[in-house]
Amino acid sequence: MSQLRPDLEVIAHNIAPGSRVLDIGCGDGSLLAELVKRHDVDARGLEIDPVLVERCVARGLSVVQGDADSDLADYPDRGFDYAILSQTLQTAARPDRMLEDLLRVGRRAFVSFPNFAHWRTRSALMFGGRMPVTRALPVSWYETENIHHATIRDFHDLIGKMGVQIEQSWYFNGGQGISPLGANWRAEFAVFLLSR
Amino acid sequence: MAPAVASNCVTLMNDLPLDSGQVLSGVEIAFETYGELNADKSNAVLIFHALTMDQYVASPHPITGKPGWWVDSVGPGKVIDTDRFHVICANVIGSCMGSTGPASPASDGQPYGMRFPVITIRDMVRAQIALLDQMEIGQLYCVIGGSMGGMQALSLAANFPERTARVLAIATTARHSAQNIAFHEVGRQAIMADPNWREGDYYGEEPPAAGLAVARMAAHITYLSEEGLTEKFGRRLQDRDAKSFGFDADFQVESYLRYQGSGFTQRFDANSYLYITRAMDYFDLAEEHGGRLADAFANSKARFCVISFDSDWLYPTAESRHIVHALNAAGAAVSFVELSAPHGHDSFLLDVPAQDRVIKGFLE
Repeated sequence: MSQLRPDLEVIAHNIAPGSRVLDIGCGDGSLLAELVKRHDVDARGLEIDPVLVERCVARGLSVVQGDADSDLADYPDRGFDYAILSQTLQTAARPDRMLEDLLRVGRRAFVSFPNFAHWRTRSALMFGGRMPVTRALPVSWYETENIHHATIRDFHDLIGKMGVQIEQSWYFNGGQGISPLGANWRAEFAVFLLSR
Repeated sequence: MAPAVASNCVTLMNDLPLDSGQVLSGVEIAFETYGELNADKSNAVLIFHALTMDQYVASPHPITGKPGWWVDSVGPGKVIDTDRFHVICANVIGSCMGSTGPASPASDGQPYGMRFPVITIRDMVRAQIALLDQMEIGQLYCVIGGSMGGMQALSLAANFPERTARVLAIATTARHSAQNIAFHEVGRQAIMADPNWREGDYYGEEPPAAGLAVARMAAHITYLSEEGLTEKFGRRLQDRDAKSFGFDADFQVESYLRYQGSGFTQRFDANSYLYITRAMDYFDLAEEHGGRLADAFANSKARFCVISFDSDWLYPTAESRHIVHALNAAGAAVSFVELSAPHGHDSFLLDVPAQDRVIKGFLE
């Protein structure tokens, strides 16, 4: 079994065998390949970088080059059991609309994102007075693709406003799962399983 | 035009019904094969050729002596590995390299000329399915085609979904646009305006070479990108230091196009050009399936891979996305990538390492 990022490992662990899965922003296809191997899922991906798409195709995956901001609209309603958006929400032009699309094409959605309210981020801003460059957010403000940073609390607020259910949630710090207690301070990443 | 030489040729046992409602009898299909067919016939790959290509995908052209048109990608150890696959490439009907076309004799022994029925992309595919039937090949490992070859690949997937496990469509479209039709019409009018065309009844006489050359010149421009033309020729003059103030081929690009045009007339039949361009113009895969492209692929269990090129303005990426959108809507397993290459539509025939990697991966 290959080593997945902890947020991806949670997703891989919680997907029902044989389901239809769309990974949005699937990168080089590591998660999809693992899902095929472990759970024999019907795997599809969407990825903007042609070089990464090429790699996915080379490993036998069905991946379409496209921009999640515009091309999710091309997918039919409820075509998938799960839509996965890992570490991509914060790069969306409109995260709220992307979440709507996610829950339109998938019956359920896994969403993972970096928590901007983690104490390291807070202290970098508070004491450094600069946009944080941390383990979880390693790229400087001027080159990062992250245009819509959010905190776990922000995410809860948005999800509530959209009338979306949180079926399960997971929180991570330093690559380890942590309890939900004080997660908005303590978690570098969060993973949510959503449904309507 | 020299008589076509085909190394393999079969006569179809059954009549070929056409979309026009007409029927062709005694259809001959010329084809080439490369690599061995395995015992359970599971390693056959059918390559569809483009408008002016032919079955000589990886072997020298019998008239020009030039290497096969996709010899860089097809052969032992190559991306489409003939040590592994049994590659078949057949000349489309309507063409002039051994398969039945307007230059072939009709039942009265005289060439069909304009009596040849108007054919469609689906008719071309039907003929090749009949060829596979006679070869007793059930399901292909993959169908592959670029440009008009891609149209045939998509048409086969839509109309004979059980006949292939994989579909690779490169630099192609699911329908000819107004602009595509317009360029073809320029070519056809150039041929028909040539006094030697004589309503298509020129066999045994002087062929309409001037018209066919102009048709080829116009079409050739659409296969290249502006960037490619500029880089290759710019405004450079041909074998002279100054403009001639006449209508010689002063510019290198003029000389190149004239050379392309006249070279083409040595190996291609003008009537075939009329018929095949017509087939492409009639192509609209959605129209064949009730107006909704996704419905064309509703019964397909094949895996699809669609490739476009950023510099291709003949069948731009938007056309490939349209196909991918329909395949997604049909729930088909589809991969799509737009590759960056400077050569325009012809990129698929040229050395693009990224294309090799995608094809190799898709065929794994």
